[in-house]
Amino acid sequence: MAYTVEVEGLRKSFGTKSVLDGIDLHVARGSVAALLGPNGAGKTTTVKILSTLLRPDAGRVRVAGRDVRTDPVAVRRAISLTGQHATVDEVLTGRENLVMMGRLRHLTKAAARERATALLERFDLVEAADRRVSNYSGGMARRLDIALGLVDEPEVLFLDEPTTGLDPRSRRDVWDSVAELAASGVTVLLTTQYLEEADRLADRVAVLAGGRIAAEGTADELKSLVGGETVQLVLPDAAALDSAMTVADLRGYAVRADAGALSVHVPTDGTAAGVRELLETMAGVPVVRVAVHRPTLDDVFLTLTGTNPGTVPA
Amino acid sequence: MTAYSAAPGPLLDVGTFLGRSLRHSVRSIDAMIVAVVLPVLILLVFVYVFGGAMSTGASGTDYLTFVVPGVIVLCAAHGSAQTAVGVNQDMTTGVVDRVRSLPVLGSAVLVGHVLASVARNLVSTAVVVGVALLLGFRPAASPLDWLVVAGLLALLMAGVSALSAAFGLLVASPEAAGASSFVLLFLPYVSSGFVPPETMPAVLRGFAEHQPVTPLIDAVRGLLLDAPVGTSPLLAVAWWGGLGLLGVLACGALFRRRAGA
Repeated sequence: MAYTVEVEGLRKSFGTKSVLDGIDLHVARGSVAALLGPNGAGKTTTVKILSTLLRPDAGRVRVAGRDVRTDPVAVRRAISLTGQHATVDEVLTGRENLVMMGRLRHLTKAAARERATALLERFDLVEAADRRVSNYSGGMARRLDIALGLVDEPEVLFLDEPTTGLDPRSRRDVWDSVAELAASGVTVLLTTQYLEEADRLADRVAVLAGGRIAAEGTADELKSLVGGETVQLVLPDAAALDSAMTVADLRGYAVRADAGALSVHVPTDGTAAGVRELLETMAGVPVVRVAVHRPTLDDVFLTLTGTNPGTVPA
Repeated sequence: MTAYSAAPGPLLDVGTFLGRSLRHSVRSIDAMIVAVVLPVLILLVFVYVFGGAMSTGASGTDYLTFVVPGVIVLCAAHGSAQTAVGVNQDMTTGVVDRVRSLPVLGSAVLVGHVLASVARNLVSTAVVVGVALLLGFRPAASPLDWLVVAGLLALLMAGVSALSAAFGLLVASPEAAGASSFVLLFLPYVSSGFVPPETMPAVLRGFAEHQPVTPLIDAVRGLLLDAPVGTSPLLAVAWWGGLGLLGVLACGALFRRRAGA
């Protein structure tokens, strides 16, 4: 397997504070990988090292076949970084931003203009092309930001939290753009706090917690770690809890009671038919409330590290 | 296939960033007011509000003629705040991070800011000289004198801009960067720019006669009036060459530290 990103034993500390404590990460050529983790887990630090902005303390880090430490200029030629905060120039128009990036990639003026026009079309920004970016919506600015990363057709694209702070609609637009990129064959490494985003976009997901990769696999594999989607049944008293457990057991459901609470979780496929069937089997049980529960990053974290994302030591 | 430019990379990058900074200047109402309106106001205030009460000492030069070099330097000091703010914003908003992930010379973004700052200051200078001519300013300088004046002023502006860029790299926020012009604004006031230093109390006079702005103003004034300038042009070159170099070195060191390279 040809890897475009190869990281082995990567360590990085700031002063006495260890941020990355031996990371191993491999991204296959042409695939989309997600680095999933809460704030402070070290996602941005990892991306900054991969994009030559920070030097690793220890470990082997190769991007597009070059070592980031000994050959940073060659790495920079092969990559494109879209940072956490949209780094588009708000005073310039979308087109001017793209042309400027083309010029910084040393395209001729004509080539830079041509490329700008093509990218504006591809990212659905033609109408806004000659407006200043300060008038763009968050989603438009983010799409432009991603387009800026593609001016010189990089081998690897790093996207640091591409949808953080966007409204749901803009988030979907950005997802569509990233999915299209993936289809075009560029290798993408993105970071995110959202399991749903990793699920939707990435071929493989690495969970970063406490400066280490806590788990790595496909989104489905990760979700199976936390047990998948469940229906939560809230019950009025201990007797009802017992009868719910008994009924579910009898029907072959892998039921699980919430510790210290009057509720149970029953696995589900999430379809209306599946939920209806479950509720029908529970017809004799006085269920107070029903909720469908999808695994979240919190659950993955809880399962993998035994701590809440908010309290994971950075 | 995609066509790449044949020009040397660093030159191309500086040109690209200069173009960006100039676009920023032209599109910023603040920058345009500071570059065009403020110089006119400062000149009018000094000539018509303070001018009547001013005596320019034994030389007998009328105050309009006396004050033009001081106003030019004061405008350059006002303009410097924008350079510091622009540099600081690029550091704090991630622009520099993105630039550093490109195969370009990262410091080209700084050079672009400094050159655009010099360009803004040259516009201000042209405005000051233009309005002063309308008000009756009649310099007696030869073309060669003008050339030397332009060179001295360009050196001052490059020095002020480089120092401002360094200040923008030094402080944490754009707001703090905006305050940087304070020191630079103070220098022209306590110089030979607006009143002859002989009229100041001994301590201030000592300062006024031995600070970087005074020899530059004396040199420019002397050249414009075709009067003897003594060693002031050499002193001005030494001061501003030195300060400019200091600014460039400070920019280099701070950029490396700040950008974590």
